[in-house]
This record gives sequence, C-alpha cells and structure tokens, in this order.
Amino acid sequence: MDKNTRRKFMKTLGASIGAAGIIGSSSLLSSCNKVETVAGDKITLLTSSGELVEVDKAMLKPADMPSLSENQKRGREGLPGKSWVMVIDLAKCRNARECMKACQNHHQLRPEQHHINVLQMQDTEDTAPYYMPKPCKHCDNPPCTKVCPVNATFKRDDGIVLIDNERCIGCRFCVAACPYSARVFHWFEPRDAEKYEGVAYNIECNVPQKKGTISKCLFSADRLRDDKLPTCVSACPNGVYWFGDRNEDAVTNGTTKETVSFSKLVKDNAAYTLMAELGTKPRVYYLPPKDRTSPFQGNIEEHHS
Amino acid sequence: MEMNKIESPEESRKLLDKIVFDLTRSIVKKDELTRFWFFILIVFAGVGLWGWAIQIDQGLGVTGMRDYVSWGMYIANFVFFVAFSLVGFLISSAMHLLNIHWVKPISRVAEQVAIAGVALAGIIIVMDMGRPDRLLNVFLHGRFASPIVWDLTVVTTYLTISVLLFYIPLIPDLALLRDRLGDEVPKWKMKIYTILSLGWKGNAKQYKTVYHAMRVLMILIVPVGLSIHTVTSWLFAATLRAGWDTTIFGPYFVAGAFVAGVAAVIILMYIYRIRHGLQEYFEDIHFDKMAKLLVFVSLVYLYFNVNEFLVPGYKMKTAEGIHLSNIFSGGYSLMFWSVQISGLILPTILLLFKFFRKPLSLVIISVVVLATAWLKRFIIVIPTMEHPFLPIQNVPENFHHYAPTSIEIMITLFSFCAAILIISVLAKFFPVITIWEYAEEKGIDKKYLSEQPKN
Repeated sequence: MDKNTRRKFMKTLGASIGAAGIIGSSSLLSSCNKVETVAGDKITLLTSSGELVEVDKAMLKPADMPSLSENQKRGREGLPGKSWVMVIDLAKCRNARECMKACQNHHQLRPEQHHINVLQMQDTEDTAPYYMPKPCKHCDNPPCTKVCPVNATFKRDDGIVLIDNERCIGCRFCVAACPYSARVFHWFEPRDAEKYEGVAYNIECNVPQKKGTISKCLFSADRLRDDKLPTCVSACPNGVYWFGDRNEDAVTNGTTKETVSFSKLVKDNAAYTLMAELGTKPRVYYLPPKDRTSPFQGNIEEHHS
Repeated sequence: MEMNKIESPEESRKLLDKIVFDLTRSIVKKDELTRFWFFILIVFAGVGLWGWAIQIDQGLGVTGMRDYVSWGMYIANFVFFVAFSLVGFLISSAMHLLNIHWVKPISRVAEQVAIAGVALAGIIIVMDMGRPDRLLNVFLHGRFASPIVWDLTVVTTYLTISVLLFYIPLIPDLALLRDRLGDEVPKWKMKIYTILSLGWKGNAKQYKTVYHAMRVLMILIVPVGLSIHTVTSWLFAATLRAGWDTTIFGPYFVAGAFVAGVAAVIILMYIYRIRHGLQEYFEDIHFDKMAKLLVFVSLVYLYFNVNEFLVPGYKMKTAEGIHLSNIFSGGYSLMFWSVQISGLILPTILLLFKFFRKPLSLVIISVVVLATAWLKRFIIVIPTMEHPFLPIQNVPENFHHYAPTSIEIMITLFSFCAAILIISVLAKFFPVITIWEYAEEKGIDKKYLSEQPKN
C-alpha cells in the first residue's frame, strides 16, 4: 500500500526529481506531514542528486512511513528470499565518479565520506593501473558485526550488513575490524544536518545520519525494497555495475539494464573477491580489468600510502 | 624474613606506637604543600573535563582521529591504564600466594595503583565513545560475542576485587585509626574510620575471617587479572590488521603491563619514603628487590618483543612488512627504538648492577620505563591504523596521518591527574602500609593492636 502512495507521489513530482527521489519519497515527506497544504505555497525539497527543487505544497501527499520501531524491525529482517550480490566490471570503469556523487547525495554524506570510493589501484609495479570502485563487501563472514558490542551493525537474511544509528555507541570497533576500510564515522554534524532535522530515521538508507555514529554502504536497502537498483548502480554511465539476487542467479547491469546469469558472468570472466584469503566471504565480485575500453588517466599513488 | 617474637609487652607497645605514629603521620599532618598538590590536580583534571565538554558538543572531530586512524591517543591511553593497574594482581595476589614475604609492605601501594588504573581505564573508554550518552546500550543490547563486552565484564570485576583487596586488609588498620587518632583528625574523618572499620574488635575469629577473605580474593583475582589485559589485547588481536593480527598479543600485553606497573609502584614507594620519612619501612632492600622484579618482568617482556617483531620481521609479508618498515625505519622508528632501548633494554642491563638498584637511581630508571611504557601503547595502536590494506584516497590530507590535538592532550591530562588524585586521596586517608601486617611481621603480638591507648 505504501508503495502505491509513493509511486503516485513520484509521478506527481515529475521528472525534476525523477526516479532518484529517494529522500523526497521516503524521509522528507514524512517531515512535511504537519505542513498545512495551501495551493500556491511553494516548498523547497532536496533531491537525492543534491539539487534543491521548489514544489507546490498542494502536490505533497504524506507518505505511509512505518514507525521508527517498525522501520527498525523490518530493516533488521531484510527482504525475504533475497540474497543480494554485486559484480563490478573493472574493465569498464573510467573513473566517472557518478556512483560516488549519487551515493553521497542519497546518504547525506560529506565530500570526504565515501560509502563507495573509486580507488586507483596498481597490483604490482609491472602491471597496469586501474580504477576500482570499492563499496562495502557485505561479507558473509563479516568481521565488523562480530565485534559490535550493541548489535548496532548486523547482517540480515538477504545478505546486507546494515547499521542502526539510533543504537550505535560510536566505539568504532567495527572500523578497526573492517579490512576494506568500508566504514565512515561522523566526526562532526553530518552534512546538511539542519535540513534533515525532524526527519524520521530510515534504517535502510541510514538517513538522517547522526553525529558520533557509524555509516557505510547499505546496497541502498531502501531502494531494493522499492524494486530499484542501488543508487551507485543506477548512476553509473559506463556499465560497470551488475546487481542482483544470488538465489535467482540473475544480475542486472545498472546502465544497460541487461540481465544475465550471475554464475555464468562470474565464471566466464574469472571474477574474484577482494582479499579472499582473509576469509570474509565478500558479496561483491570483481571482473578483472582486461580489454579495457578506456586508458588509465589517473595519477597512481603508492598502493599503501 | 624470620619472624622474631617480641616477648616483653612494654617493648611491643613501644614499637607499635612508633609504627602507628610513623605510618599515620601522613594522615594527621596538615600542610600547605598537600593542599596545593590537591588544588593543582583538581584544576588540571577540571581543565581536561572542560576539553571533554567541548568534544561532546562538537563531536569527536575535535580530535586528530579520522576514518582511517579511528582509534588514537585515547585508546593508547586506555591500554596504558589497564596495563598500569595489573601490578595489583602481581604484587598483592600472585606474589602473596607464593609466600614472598618482602612484598607485604608494598601490597597496599600496588592496590592503590590497581584501583586508580582500572577506574581511569573505565572512564577513558567512555571518553572515546562517539555517543557516551548511549552507554546504557551496552547493558540493554550487549552482545556477548563482542570483546568490548568481555572487556567491560572483566574491568568491572577487576575493579571490584581490587577495591575489596584494598579494603579488607584495611579494616584492622581502620580500627587502629579509630582507636588511636582521637582528636588528631577532624570529626568527619573519624566518623568515616568508625563506619568503615565495621566494629572491628581484633579477636581471633575476625582475623581468621580477614585471612580467609583475602585468600579467596587473591585466588579470584588471578584469572580476572590475567583476563583483563588479555581481553584488552584481543580488542586488537581480534581484527585482521597487520601488526595486531598476532597470536601472542595476550601474554605480550600481560608481560608489558607488569613492567609498567612495577615501575609505577617503585615511583610511589620512593615518593612516600621521601615525603613521609618512611626510610625504615620502604627500605633499601625493598627497592633492591623491586629492581630485581623489574629486571625479571622486563626480560619476560623482552622475550615477547623478540617474538612479536623479529618473527614477522624475518618474513616481511606484504602488509606486515609495510607496517614493520614504518616502525623499524619509517615515521615511527625514532619513537620505537627509543622506547625499546631506553624503556626495556637499557633498564634491564643497568639494573643488573647493584649500584643502579639504589632507591634514587632506580626511581629515575622507573620514570623512564613508565614514560616509555605509555609511548609503547601509542606505537601499538596508531601505526597499524595508518596502514590499512587498501590505499587511502579521495580524502583530505589529515586523514592520512594522525597527530593528537590539544583537546586530546587535555583529556589525557585529565586521566593522569584523576589517577594521581585517586592515589593521593587513598594515601591521605589511609596508611600506605598495612600496619597490623607490618607489626606482626616485626614480631608484635596481635593482642597489642586492639588495646586502647592509655592516654
């Protein structure tokens, strides 16, 4: 039911917000519940691509957001029957960084905070450098959730590792435990904190972010609930990302919308996971950067700074 | 030490009077220097608390920590204080159980260190939290699989047992103070002694209970003491990071803790000896023995250091190699080598010579050992975090390296002042040596202890 309301709302808002209007559709609207809707009155909304748009207040309809406890409960359970995986084709990445931008807007992150970070990599001195987008690996043996003292970060049945920033005590043990440096901490007030004041917390996109708590890539769990691909996957202009359900053995390319067999894609391209020797069992697979479609133009730093 | 019984009652009473007089001098004496000392400690601790208020208001961003080095000086300081406190277990439990008599006058000093150290460790860890207001979540939603929950459990247990191990042998002394100090201390203080002495009469049954309770506590604290620092080491060893991912971290931390703690106890013994004129109580022989103990624990620690650095250094595996190059010859090399040489190798060699085991030279060496012990924890925590497995990119320059800010220094200063304050209060309120045990050791029969003074 709430999906319908949200869809209708999306249509009303039109193309200016578009399919990316996650904040508009879920969180911000709930803050507008109390607003008296008088025709002609304009309200400024923040879209997930970081733009401010003016919308007629009359066009706003309150969304059916579950209560915080309900949201936290269903957020912990995950989407039944699903087992999410991501495949990143390193041959395709041209360092466009659209994924990083879209992600930071979706998750209320400062420019230096990355749920996904495109790294410039070089495996050995003699091999070619390449770009490597690095989201959270949503490990099946996650070192981060093990060490959390309060169960604020946890693994759901659909494979996603999530954070409840209403519970996080900010000990940063998970940051120390994560070998992929996937986690960020809110050392200060999060970006645009004032704009998000009073917005109901959505555990599945970890927004509003909170000072003194942890955040990280969530595979856009809120978008998955709405049958959409994660923000970074949709934002990529170069066909780098494949995302899908391991149980269905199907992954969809965010750019071309092509759907292929996950196991075949992984097998045919000799996919690997990052630092498999650590035994973390990542859910993010990389296709090696062979037959690249564009030259590396970065300035390779030393692998370990 | 031979227990030589004094037969004559007069002699016993005279000696006991002298012991009580000497050991209560620090309690009875009112002087400006003590007041000034407390004033300074409270002011500096207050400044540190103000720093914490700023940190709570603005966020942990006021520190030098960022997403890569996300544990900094607070955690290093936390490890230091846990280490510092472990000497309580070594001296007042392990060595007592081994029937080593010379440590008896030193146990209370060791317990002062234990209580102050573990209390501050608990406070520092809260000061490192991003959301200290949610501390209760650890109890409400505690997950037993997390080493933090284990740490919390053993730290509180260790604090409880240490307080009891300080308090129970203090009861007969409190009765002594209650019976003998009279008008020499203010009424409120006397009231505290009266309440805390629990109506102690000094009969054989009561002493039996005290002995029994002490023995139980001494045995109980063995596993807890070992756990407290082992679990602290697991906060690091339970991760996959180069430099922390090692199997000997538990015993390595425990051995290092003994080095720091013995040095701390030596420093306090020296201060009490000079300040309160206790040359006959903290004798040269005690310093000599403590110096030998320091050599012993340093050698054990050296053995673990050789294993911890030489074995991976021999192999230089990828990530491990980068970490070790950084501390052997990179940015942390000066700190690392000065800590290893002046805090471990040099003291061990010097203290083999009787000349350096004299109180003054020993206390100077101990100060160096304690200071380098603090730096060692810094080296354990920070360099590993500066070199994660994946490159640090697309972040500002200050994310790459860690340097503590003035707020962190203020809060760390608070922890030092608060620890010294706890020790100073304990030393001002209660005798620094267990009087009844000491008197017994000197051959005074217990019956004289419970006698009311004639005057």
